Amino acid sequence: MNNAARVMDTPDERGRFGNFGGRFVPEALVPACLELESAFREAWADEEFVEEFQSVLRQFGGRPTPITPLRRLSKQLGLNIFAKREDLAHTGSHKINNVVGQTLLTKRMGKTRVIAETGAGQHGVATATAAARLGLSCTVFMGEVDTVRQELNVFRMELLGARVVSVTSGSKTLKDAVNEAMREWVTCVSDTHYCLGSVMGPHPFPWMVREFQSVIGNEAARQMRELAVGVPDFVVACVGGGSNAAGIFAGFADSSARLVGVEAAGGAAVRSGSPGVLHGMRSLLLQDEFGQIEEAHSISAGLDYPGIGPEHAHLAEVGRAEYYAIGDEDVIGALKLLSESEGIIPALETAHAIAWIAREAGGLLPKDATVLVNLSGRGDKDVAQVRAMLSPS
Amino acid sequence: MPYLVAGSTDQWVRHVEAAVLGGADAIEIGIPFSDPMMDGPVIQAAAQIALERSTTFESVCGELETLDVDVPLIAMTYYNVFLHHGLERAAGRLRAAGVLGAILPDLAMEESNPWRESAGAVDLATILLVAPSTPADRAHRLAQASEGFTYAAARMAVTGVARDDGDAARVVATIREASDIPVYVGIGVSRPVQAQELSKVSDGVIVGSALVERIIGGSNVADTESFVRSFRDALDE
Ligand SMILES: Cc1ncc(COP(=O)(O)O)c(C=O)c1O
Repeated sequence: MNNAARVMDTPDERGRFGNFGGRFVPEALVPACLELESAFREAWADEEFVEEFQSVLRQFGGRPTPITPLRRLSKQLGLNIFAKREDLAHTGSHKINNVVGQTLLTKRMGKTRVIAETGAGQHGVATATAAARLGLSCTVFMGEVDTVRQELNVFRMELLGARVVSVTSGSKTLKDAVNEAMREWVTCVSDTHYCLGSVMGPHPFPWMVREFQSVIGNEAARQMRELAVGVPDFVVACVGGGSNAAGIFAGFADSSARLVGVEAAGGAAVRSGSPGVLHGMRSLLLQDEFGQIEEAHSISAGLDYPGIGPEHAHLAEVGRAEYYAIGDEDVIGALKLLSESEGIIPALETAHAIAWIAREAGGLLPKDATVLVNLSGRGDKDVAQVRAMLSPS
Repeated sequence: MPYLVAGSTDQWVRHVEAAVLGGADAIEIGIPFSDPMMDGPVIQAAAQIALERSTTFESVCGELETLDVDVPLIAMTYYNVFLHHGLERAAGRLRAAGVLGAILPDLAMEESNPWRESAGAVDLATILLVAPSTPADRAHRLAQASEGFTYAAARMAVTGVARDDGDAARVVATIREASDIPVYVGIGVSRPVQAQELSKVSDGVIVGSALVERIIGGSNVADTESFVRSFRDALDE
């Protein structure tokens, strides 16, 4: 790189990405955030830690994940599509990258317990998995609505030795699971790390989670070179909080690729939100005229969040990344499309990215454009829900 | 100092008056927010009821204007409510409604300058919290920056009901090392005997969930007055 500022750089000391980010937390949590920030800064500069992180991802996490050319789908849509296969990582999604990093950091800080929020259950399962591997005790907060639609993931977490707490406040989904995890953290910060699942929350979480997830983009950039494709025209990922998107964008932020985030229409913080403060960060949020946070609505529990990570708000503001929305009605079709054309059943979250590509083929995506899509997770967790929707009885 | 959630019943203003009659030194008025990160189940429920009753920042300020009490009123809410209203407008509106100070539990000191400027311009005090986890040097800076009084959190917990005094004595002592402004203890203070114990080390107590639970449970204004009086008597003993 030359001297030009990097696009996805380290945030400033207050944790700002442009106008977004920061640390808006109760005083009780400020010392823990400061401790975490300095622990992460040191660890990330420590070759031994980085080597351990990478080797756990190799030996336990199933990395590197391959890139699969989607030949039949490409032909059908008149595009040249490649998929980064995070669905093949251990536990079935990109979430494992972040939790391996955060649980190693938990040990390094001398803490013995992790708590986490989860929407679809993928982050909860990943946290329970990484905690089991290190012998950390684990409690996962999950909205009551999500414990019903993702009931198998609840059982998975329990099999892994975690305790799952059903959250009945507010909208009973991801937003409230975060509230409850924060409240719990206040009571136990001295021995417990809050393993946040996306590029959101107070500084240093958005930055730290992006760094742990940047393995996706760095690997993909190398693999695209090895495939002699080089820099794709578009990099596309679904966005809930935005961790899989941030991870893959990080490998291409300083390239010519156009970066596209796809939100659920019922949780489209960039398109329908405005600046505000929630969950420790200043970002774009769905809120009413009085500053009360609105509930998101999505077919996919993992995108059912009224905000977006602050770095995405910044990338949208400066125009480096573009964000679009896909409605529930297009998601099942996209899931079937990828399943039947490529033999890959994607998660409902991931299907939003596929749906956008299918919708924009020949539109925003010119004929024969090279598209790299992040297949953030596999659809096994969703098959019961999809079956119920396809055969209403 | 009793804490009430504005709008949690249509009688809430009458409850404020009753609390003053019962001997409150000041009243903390909670303005409801959808995502009260520092509140336990009781205050969460009260906030939800208030929002369902269409309580807004403006409706609270409007109703406070009708209130005629001679103790200080302190507003407590989450930052987004003010941010969304506009910081200057929010500070001015609160002051016009007779409010003297504000507590924003999710506004960490490092992020508080824009609000403090807006509040300071209209002489609205910004009250800061010190937690048991706050290191001494930071507690000193918070105490020096806090206006009106300093809020000492008695324990590492969200608002609720507790039986013991937690870490209150230690937190208050640390604050006193750096500042002479009054120190009020809150978080989990729910019984007159606790208040009596805590008054030996502090300048007063903040009683929230224990009162809010009664009010949303349907207790009347006379109950509120006698509830507050039970604390007043314990403190004056
Ligand atoms: C497979 C999958 N993709 C995406 C997401 C959304 O999270 P993020 O936007 O942080 O990648 C989730 C969250 O549960 C998920 O399970």
